[in-house]
Amino acid sequence: MNLEALFSCLSSSACAVTQVSTALIIGMLLFMVASGLSLIFGVLGVINFAHGAFYMAGAYIAYATYTATSSFLLAFLAGAAGVGLIGIIFERFIISRVYGKDILMQLLVCYAVILIFDDLVKIIAGPEYKMMGMPDMFALPPLEFLGGFVPAYYVFMIVTSLVIGAGLWLAIEKTRIGKIIRALAINPQMVGALGINTTLLYAAVFGVGSVLAGIAGALAAPTRTLTPGMGLSILIESFIVTVIGGMGSIVGALIAALLIGFTRAFGAIGFPLFVDGIMFGMMAIVLIVKPSGLLGRAVPR
Amino acid sequence: MMRAGFLRDVSIALLTLVVLVAIPFIFTKPSLRDFLIYVMAYGLLAMSLNLLVGLTGQVSFGHAAYFVSGAYMFGLLMQSGRMSIPVAMLITVFGTAVLALVIGAICVRLKEIYFSFITLAFQMFIHSIILTWVSLTGGDQGLRGGIPRPPFLGIDLSNSVALYMFCAVVFVICILIMRQVWQSPFGYTLRLIRDNPNRANYLGVDIIRMKLGIFVLAGSMASVAGILLSLFVSGAYPEFGFWTTSGEAIFMIMLGSSQLFIGPIIGAILLRLLEHFVSIYTEHHGLVLGLVILAIVLGLRKGIADFVVDFFNERKEAKASVVESEQKKSLKERTA
Repeated sequence: MNLEALFSCLSSSACAVTQVSTALIIGMLLFMVASGLSLIFGVLGVINFAHGAFYMAGAYIAYATYTATSSFLLAFLAGAAGVGLIGIIFERFIISRVYGKDILMQLLVCYAVILIFDDLVKIIAGPEYKMMGMPDMFALPPLEFLGGFVPAYYVFMIVTSLVIGAGLWLAIEKTRIGKIIRALAINPQMVGALGINTTLLYAAVFGVGSVLAGIAGALAAPTRTLTPGMGLSILIESFIVTVIGGMGSIVGALIAALLIGFTRAFGAIGFPLFVDGIMFGMMAIVLIVKPSGLLGRAVPR
Repeated sequence: MMRAGFLRDVSIALLTLVVLVAIPFIFTKPSLRDFLIYVMAYGLLAMSLNLLVGLTGQVSFGHAAYFVSGAYMFGLLMQSGRMSIPVAMLITVFGTAVLALVIGAICVRLKEIYFSFITLAFQMFIHSIILTWVSLTGGDQGLRGGIPRPPFLGIDLSNSVALYMFCAVVFVICILIMRQVWQSPFGYTLRLIRDNPNRANYLGVDIIRMKLGIFVLAGSMASVAGILLSLFVSGAYPEFGFWTTSGEAIFMIMLGSSQLFIGPIIGAILLRLLEHFVSIYTEHHGLVLGLVILAIVLGLRKGIADFVVDFFNERKEAKASVVESEQKKSLKERTA
């Protein structure tokens, strides 16, 4: 516990800016993963416990593409598209068979997929830690805000995530296909009766959710060390985010992701031992006071 | 109050105990003993979890929290010295029951996926406490220095055969207790809550209290499993409380059967055997295990024990229907 350090950091703008930028990138990565998780749960009603494994897959695909082509743009696209494809295959051949089954089955299927992914990564990429390093196009001098320095890549990450998040929100709230997806979440039989191919739509929604995880992985790759099993911690945190923000709500996911990001970034200075405790505590409080989350739809029943 | 099946349960339990005790004298290989202790510890964990999953319909994804708390509490009490093993066990079970009471009081108010979430969250919370409180728990290295096993009542558990016997006795006692709960009016009330909570509510059942009761009991039983494992490996490790341990316990239930009382133990034996043989041939046992899980969940869609039971039931029914139709045929021929 070192609250003095926290206060002295908050009072110097250089330190505060650095921590805020850290908080924002943690928050944005969480937002990407959690909004995918939340979208899938909101429409399909299944919890994709394998979402962390998708994030890991995105990071590794981006890493492999970058080492092969040394183009970050290609790496980013490959990560997103590759994981989207994995997601659609996973939905069609595996998870769609346990729709409507009890959650025991869903849990087990995802548990199996996580085990398989972790081992596949170990076989293909090797068990040792991997570093992708900063892509050349971002090897710029850090930008200065209020006396604090922020790497250019961080700014790119934050802006990209916000743009994608906004695009997702617009697509769901303002377009025709978004309207159909919202209807699908509420009454799939009716949507099917109106002559819309719900099977295709389910696969597409699952694919989009997976693409978000892949994007998060690809964005994280230059800043994190890659390890098999790296998906787990972000999975747990994005659960916390979806629970706090509310299942199926994108804006809720953004708010909760920022909340967790700031807790982590500033907690690392002030109370490093209690960061996890505070995150879980917040989640417990939300679950007790408002189980549907800050902005979630009320739980039926 | 004596239940009609009580005597039968006790005699089956005694028989099981005799078989378990006899095994190391017939097959003297120590590796078999070790295997059985592992199966007993994990089997007990899966059985206790099934009180929640199979009996009450609450899929807890954080049951390893009580497993790890049992292991650490017991290890720390024994390392503090001047405490005999039975006393430390009782204190540990009681302490874990209090922990389960506090966590359960929050969790049982939630249903379905939210229940799974919050139990997982509490488990990861406990896991992170163990990792960060290095001065007490040894952090990610686990509880080091070994767990002393001072003799009590003339029993010396540093003898590996005696340790095995002790584990077998404790295991059978716990199974017997859970069997009593499984067959008691309390157990049937829990099944009612699982199948139709609204009706249970109309009948005046205090659902929250019932769920909390079984939650605490399941937690206490899981702590005994943790004690057995920590006694055996003479230590406690944070992995005992990692989410994969909970996942394994759920898979054991699924692999066996959630509705058959001894299903989870069958699952524990199958899983341990599977891991044993897979690890001989390949180091990628996660990959193989994952594929097996997928094959069972998507192919069988039920546990292996369920499958066997259903298979025999169907055969019996088929036979019965054949006999019936033959009788009808002969009746027709006679009347014609």
